[in-house]
Amino acid sequence: MAKDELSEFHLVGTRPLRPDGLDKVTGRARYGADVSMPGMLWGAVVRSPHAHARIVRIDASKAEALPGVKAVVTRADFPEGLTGENWNLQENTMAGERALYDGHAVAAVAATSALRAQEAARLIEVEYEVLPHVIDVDDAIRPDAPVIREGAADATVPEGSPPNVARYIEFGHGDTEAGFAKADLVRARSYKTEATHQGYIEPHACLGQLGADGKGEMWVCTQGQWFIRQMCSSVLGLEAAQLRVTPSEIGGGFGGKTTIFMEPLSLALSRKAGGRPVKIVMTRSEVLRATGPTASASMDVKIGMTKDGMITAADAEFRMQGGAFPGAPVDMALYCAFAPYKLPASRHVGYDVLANRPKCAAYRAPGSPMGAFAVESLIDEMCRELGLDPLDVRLKNAVKEGDRASYGPTFGSIGLVETLEAVKSHPNLELPLGPNQGRGIASGYWFNHSGETSVSLAISEDGTVQVSVGTPDIGGSRASIALMTAETLGIAYEDVRVNVVETGALGVNEPTHGSRATFASGKAAVIAARRAIAEMCRRAAAEWGIDAEAVEWANGAAQPAGPNAGKFPPMGIEEIAAKMGSTGGPISGHHESVPEGVGASFGCHVVDVEVDPETGRTTILRYLVVQDAGRAIHPSYVEGQFQGGAAQGIGWALNEAYVYGQDGRLQNAVFLDYRVPVASDLPMIDTQIVEVPNPGHPFGVRGVGETGITPPLPAIANAIEAAAGVRMRSLPMSPPKVLAAIKAAREG
Amino acid sequence: MSKIHVTTTVNGDEVEFLADPRESLLDCLRDHLGLTGSKEGCGTGDCGACSVTLDGTLVCSCLVLGVEAEGRRVATIEGMAEGNALHPLQRKFLEHAALQCGFCTPGILVAAKALLEKNPDPTETEVRYWLAGNLCRCTGYDKIIRAVLDAAAEMRQEAA
Repeated sequence: MAKDELSEFHLVGTRPLRPDGLDKVTGRARYGADVSMPGMLWGAVVRSPHAHARIVRIDASKAEALPGVKAVVTRADFPEGLTGENWNLQENTMAGERALYDGHAVAAVAATSALRAQEAARLIEVEYEVLPHVIDVDDAIRPDAPVIREGAADATVPEGSPPNVARYIEFGHGDTEAGFAKADLVRARSYKTEATHQGYIEPHACLGQLGADGKGEMWVCTQGQWFIRQMCSSVLGLEAAQLRVTPSEIGGGFGGKTTIFMEPLSLALSRKAGGRPVKIVMTRSEVLRATGPTASASMDVKIGMTKDGMITAADAEFRMQGGAFPGAPVDMALYCAFAPYKLPASRHVGYDVLANRPKCAAYRAPGSPMGAFAVESLIDEMCRELGLDPLDVRLKNAVKEGDRASYGPTFGSIGLVETLEAVKSHPNLELPLGPNQGRGIASGYWFNHSGETSVSLAISEDGTVQVSVGTPDIGGSRASIALMTAETLGIAYEDVRVNVVETGALGVNEPTHGSRATFASGKAAVIAARRAIAEMCRRAAAEWGIDAEAVEWANGAAQPAGPNAGKFPPMGIEEIAAKMGSTGGPISGHHESVPEGVGASFGCHVVDVEVDPETGRTTILRYLVVQDAGRAIHPSYVEGQFQGGAAQGIGWALNEAYVYGQDGRLQNAVFLDYRVPVASDLPMIDTQIVEVPNPGHPFGVRGVGETGITPPLPAIANAIEAAAGVRMRSLPMSPPKVLAAIKAAREG
Repeated sequence: MSKIHVTTTVNGDEVEFLADPRESLLDCLRDHLGLTGSKEGCGTGDCGACSVTLDGTLVCSCLVLGVEAEGRRVATIEGMAEGNALHPLQRKFLEHAALQCGFCTPGILVAAKALLEKNPDPTETEVRYWLAGNLCRCTGYDKIIRAVLDAAAEMRQEAA
């Protein structure tokens, strides 16, 4: 029955059409803003135009007098006394005493139409007392910076630290000074990365309803319906089980839809409007100003290397701002930065700094791209100086199974060496380059994640199978879970329907985040299927009058385990299902746990660029992603994750950045100015899937979603140096910055 | 503001609705006609998720007023398949796994159809530039471009 040992699969590794595909090519799929309800009102949010201001007075009387306006809410409508992250979420949802960033919500209104709600929002008068603000992380960490919040520092922060340091982290091992002394070359460099936005094309949208009895419902585009339930309940003081949250189809998330923004506002408005449902759909400008961008980073890295390319020691100090709240992923940035390397000695220091910007949210491998930009750039620079092949140096220092990771734990089965070897033998490395062209490589890492998971599977009367999962399908996970379930049961892919269900239908599930859906929901679905198989074997055994242990499951049917078990023809799933009502009732399988056995994923990218010496513009000529998937359940969607991650990384490297004015206001809050890569910016993105199976998953899955955004930042910087002879140490590597670097180099 | 009565043709059907003169064609399609296949990703004509054709011309329906549809022909994603028979582009998008979240997909399909009506044999570069007004954040465009080129090849074969 166990599939773990099988080397050949019928379905795993094939590329069937995705089950939700037809709805998504015909416009039928229902996303966050696509659903309306009888009696529905529309909500609009009033947002601070200031980066930092005391809210002196809010006067909603003119708005309330407008016909069709049914409710106005401010912070006064939320419960008091919250602490920790719950307070942070509430404060970010609706400003209290002060607006902490441009775009911070200060009031919200519900009316009978969207236009009426917008009109009413404009009539709400807010008097501000503008306060000094700070945007850049290096400015925010200064001892004399404007203070975002008194007492924000947690217990990790050493006494005497600057006032905006909210968290401090330090770890390491070995004697770094001795390590640097052994090196033939020691280099220390500083790097900066800008905040970028996840840039999902679907703006946040929700439709919330809450009665005076505390019972409510919500339809919302989210990566995690239970997170929405828990966070809304905390912020509004509700009982979690009284709020049912149904996830819509989701138009991209990349980590940015794992938290709340305006969802509690729709519930608060609904409660105040007599329980009428309230729909809120953000504009793009609201998405960019007020929902989670990444942190921005300022990083110092020092590495020692022998002349034959062995790393002797490493030192990193990272400062990251994640907006006006603690939570910049400086810890994860440090954990990932040196993960591909076996380090004899290391020291890592990190500061999580507050600034007058929106609260950062997770974005694909949070923190990892920043750290990789610094470390992978410096390693490339040192290889160049020592005349070493950067791929060989990466292989020489590569971590293997059993090695201690730079951040502490011991690696289980990992595929970094296999990934680097696959790059080494890839034909793209042999292709010739022309003038002003250069090739760059870089590695990347993500831990992958498991998390609370609950899956139920039920056999239908005709032997087809429904699987209820709690992880929204953001890029083909219904297909991969159906493939694994059908493979386990020995039935057709088309005979399994995977449903993403609401919070009332299962126990708590973490969101689709951390590259976990195919790993965790997939593993739980396989275990649930095995439980259903065991029950079906019992039903057959009872009918045949033999022991259940004498029955085995193969090819979708129960059969006697051997000649001693008796001679009976196989009893198929349809036959067992058809009689289940008279043989003991419904047959189902269920599994809930925090699945163990997460497998980390390493990747390595190779990019060829051309840099125009007249304009500084970088063109991506060719791009290769090689990454360890463990096992590709549906290879097309694995390739899709590789390509999508690479494209986002390319945007971060070359174009994307939050641009603030002197007044602390975001200047590029539309897609025209916040420029994500378009089709004409990119070439085809070549992929090679490496499969070093993860022993912790029945089919070897690791999780593939996040690693791919990490290598493009340094790989492109490395390629630009190869092409143009300039080393870019701050992002984005936009034409004016590259041109300035080229000119400076010429003028020497 | 008082509403204006609009009579227009959507996907071959004559329809009527009352539009506030400030409402975009996208708002009217979605909120008055229940055609939610066209999406709003930006509202400023930068993302292409709201792409429809107006008298055969590709437009961002977020940049057209609803009242401008009076007496015109509008075609949306909901009219792309004929009954259950998918347009070759829709089939190829599924076969090539050219969508992940699927939110940009309706607009890209409408835009790609308009391209192939003008240019049945586009190069990869021509497809990339034509679709440069349609943002996709999930796929890196690779599989989208392949699907469009494959659909074009199949449609040329059928036409021959």
